[in-house]
Amino acid sequence: MTSIIGPASYKFFGIFPAALLSFILPIIGIGLFVYIMARRIAPLVRANPDNRFDHIGKRIENLIVIWLGQIRQPRYMLAGVLHIIIFAGFLILSVRSTSLVIIGFSDGFVLPGLGGGLGLVYNFIKDYAATFVLLACIVAAVRRGIYKPKRYAVPEKYGKDHTAEAVFVLGIISTLMISESLFEATEAAFEFQKTGEVHFLAPLTLVWLFKIILSSVSLNVLQGLHIFVYYIHDLAFFFFLCFLPMGKHFHVITSIFNVFFMRVRKGKIKPVKYGIDEDKLDDIESFGVKKLEDFTWKHMLDFYSCADCGRCSDQCPANAVGRPLSPRFITIKARDLIFKNYPLSGEIYNSKLLVQDIYTEDEIWSCTTCGACEEECPLGIEYIDKMVDLRRGMVDEGLVPQSLQKPMKALEKRGNPYGKMEKKRAEWTEDKEFKALCPVKDLDGETADTLYFVDSITSYDDNIQTIARKTSLILKKAGVDFGILGKLEKDSGNEVLRFGEEMLYQDLKSQNTEAILETGVKQIITSDPHAFNALKNDYKNLPPVRHISQVVAEKIRTGELDLKPCLNPEKVYVYHDPCYLGRHNGIYDDPRQALDAIEGLNRVELEKSRDRSFCCGGGGLMLFYEPEEETRMGVLRVNMAAEAGANVIVTACPFCLVNIQDAIKVAGKEGQMEALDFTELIEQHLV
Amino acid sequence: MMEILVCVKRVPDTAENEFELNSAGNDLDRGDLVYSVNEWDNYAVEEAIQIVDKTGGNVTVITVGDGESEEVLRREMAMGANNGILLSDDAFGGSDGKGIATILKAEIEKGKYDLILTGAQADEGAGQVGGMLAAMLDMPYASLVNKIEVGEGTIKVGREIEGGNQEMNEITLPCVLSIQTGINEPRYVGIRGIRKVASVEIPVKSASDLGLAADSVGKTGAKTRRIDYFTPDMGVGAEMLEGSTDEIIAKLIEKLKAKGGL
Repeated sequence: MTSIIGPASYKFFGIFPAALLSFILPIIGIGLFVYIMARRIAPLVRANPDNRFDHIGKRIENLIVIWLGQIRQPRYMLAGVLHIIIFAGFLILSVRSTSLVIIGFSDGFVLPGLGGGLGLVYNFIKDYAATFVLLACIVAAVRRGIYKPKRYAVPEKYGKDHTAEAVFVLGIISTLMISESLFEATEAAFEFQKTGEVHFLAPLTLVWLFKIILSSVSLNVLQGLHIFVYYIHDLAFFFFLCFLPMGKHFHVITSIFNVFFMRVRKGKIKPVKYGIDEDKLDDIESFGVKKLEDFTWKHMLDFYSCADCGRCSDQCPANAVGRPLSPRFITIKARDLIFKNYPLSGEIYNSKLLVQDIYTEDEIWSCTTCGACEEECPLGIEYIDKMVDLRRGMVDEGLVPQSLQKPMKALEKRGNPYGKMEKKRAEWTEDKEFKALCPVKDLDGETADTLYFVDSITSYDDNIQTIARKTSLILKKAGVDFGILGKLEKDSGNEVLRFGEEMLYQDLKSQNTEAILETGVKQIITSDPHAFNALKNDYKNLPPVRHISQVVAEKIRTGELDLKPCLNPEKVYVYHDPCYLGRHNGIYDDPRQALDAIEGLNRVELEKSRDRSFCCGGGGLMLFYEPEEETRMGVLRVNMAAEAGANVIVTACPFCLVNIQDAIKVAGKEGQMEALDFTELIEQHLV
Repeated sequence: MMEILVCVKRVPDTAENEFELNSAGNDLDRGDLVYSVNEWDNYAVEEAIQIVDKTGGNVTVITVGDGESEEVLRREMAMGANNGILLSDDAFGGSDGKGIATILKAEIEKGKYDLILTGAQADEGAGQVGGMLAAMLDMPYASLVNKIEVGEGTIKVGREIEGGNQEMNEITLPCVLSIQTGINEPRYVGIRGIRKVASVEIPVKSASDLGLAADSVGKTGAKTRRIDYFTPDMGVGAEMLEGSTDEIIAKLIEKLKAKGGL
């Protein structure tokens, strides 16, 4: 015996060839894995269609940046770095693991290309990879098992704690790392004892360490251990492979697909059914998601892909105020249901109405569609479209809370959720003082280059009408030739669509589209991010749409708007990003640049700002919904602004203004804090 | 199995209108009004659908009105009512409560209903049709019902009594009940639901179809008639506070303090 015997040549008890075992294990392992995967794919085949083969360039970019680059991981620094180490380790070690399986029946097998110098480099790297993965697993296990960060907790109503599964998997990964390293270390130690030859081993790696430990162990023990750890690795490897599709570690397999197929166009809502045109909606038998199989295959893939990291719920404003919604459990409950209805063997069960089985109606109505969850998910899991689809299903079944039925009916009859008369939509222009300064054209008769789309709250709410007047004054000052639709304008329907009332939305959209095209305007400007989003992303064939903050920033740059030095330099201003301006449409800098153009304005940033902005409570129909909650989102937001040291919260959305103004009162901060719309602040500072 | 008839009415929607008198001063200015089903009737239809979901049977909605009243029948059918009947004739115009009850009775006697529901009142009405209908049909009647439990041959109905107490009554079928709001949570009906029942035929019946003498109903048959319609003058002691919400609150507090209320 000059060198150690590998598993391909080893004979148990001197007779039974180990190679046979090395051959059978992968066959059983892969066979079982293929069977499990086939069962797991079954619900996806039955699911609704989904069009995810468009925008291939963007999808490849996502794959490189979000999947391979793990760009979203460091948003949670410790967990993110640990994940990046384990993820990178897996990618590197997948090559080694594949070779190891083959080494079981082919001594000294080396993958093509890894024979020479490249192989040495690879071995060097993979030894460090294994070492770092093990270290990361230990830190992760301590963190999950002992420190238990709050966001992993499972509230009682959602079932049992998930810590055991997480730690168990960390254990399997550690086993793989240790056995792989021991396999190599036993061989190196054996050769060293036998021949005195010193193989170069990457210093401070597991292999290096194990070799030192094993340097005085007898050759027989080394030989035994060599074979033993090989099969430990082989078993752990195939066990892990088949265990992945059983729970949250399915993401190891699905993540690459899930990120590739993730939502690429923000601000848009999926059609009722892919492949059915809007004018054929009447032919669809049932709307939205009522049963499990009504989800699209991508949404099912989302359920499979969730790693249970809890970042969505940690960012979710509804969850933060104690509404009965936690996006993480929207996914986990659906996955549990898929596993129950599509068991690994035997009969497939029929799904019941989801909102009575695994979800509650209030849970689904609690979402403000702010998008914080989707922005955070490292796996590209989406929620807004699912919420909308579930709501479409509820609306179709008549399951709409009374608090929402009234505004929806008013929208149907009057085109606004308040049930106010159409002819009063332009009454805000009639204010005497304002009218003398700035007469506003009614494009039902008059003509202009630009349409100012006001939308319902800004047209009808006594307090919010200020935004309409300030916007008009700014536009006039900037030399924009504009007019309004007046009584022909209907609610933009941004929330009507997002609350699942598809046909009502279609109705509002076609009335608005017709009225807008009739005016012949070349561009549309709005001061309401919700209207901005609907017109820009949901409507089709309209002239370009811009938010007033974009116009102001541009006019400041071109010198067409001049601003005075700050009227209240002693105040501390903070800008709150409205969800439908920021996250859904990527407009973060224009409003900030405009504020910073006011000389001497003292502006601080919220910790949760830009794409991590915290929803104020939601707009449109959400103002009418009466949620169960412990506190208001707006109150939390006002407290955040106070912590940032601000006393003026500037926002650029009428709904944010309403919610934050109310919240200042509820939080008892009247007199200390104030809320101000962007347009009001800018108009005050016009030269 | 229950055959349930629900009497409904099309009324100007109080939530979506601003009411003004017409120039003649004898009615609302109806030019810009939007209409919907009377709120109480909507609860009655929801209750009927829920009963039939449990016991089996059919829900029929019926209304007396002009051609436009078909819209409210369709809305209620979109909720889940199986049939609709529109009683419409120029001769019905100007009917008083008794006239409406007479018209309904003529159609009800042609069918066989176990339970007849009406709204407790209508936005524009006097809350009299339900009771009159029961008397004319010689059926037992319970008004202001806020709870229904269906049994064999009888049903139990609950009524809220002044002061917040609740009473339960047993009543034999067939009977007439007038339904109070809040008895249930009516389901939502959207444009899509209404379109689904858009092509269902709704029979329209005239005075002659019902075998009614033209002079027994309508203006000629009416024993009560409206002689005036106006917004009452502000009485002494009533004062409208004006200004922004904050100003109104400040004025109110001041007044309460001045009168010793605070």
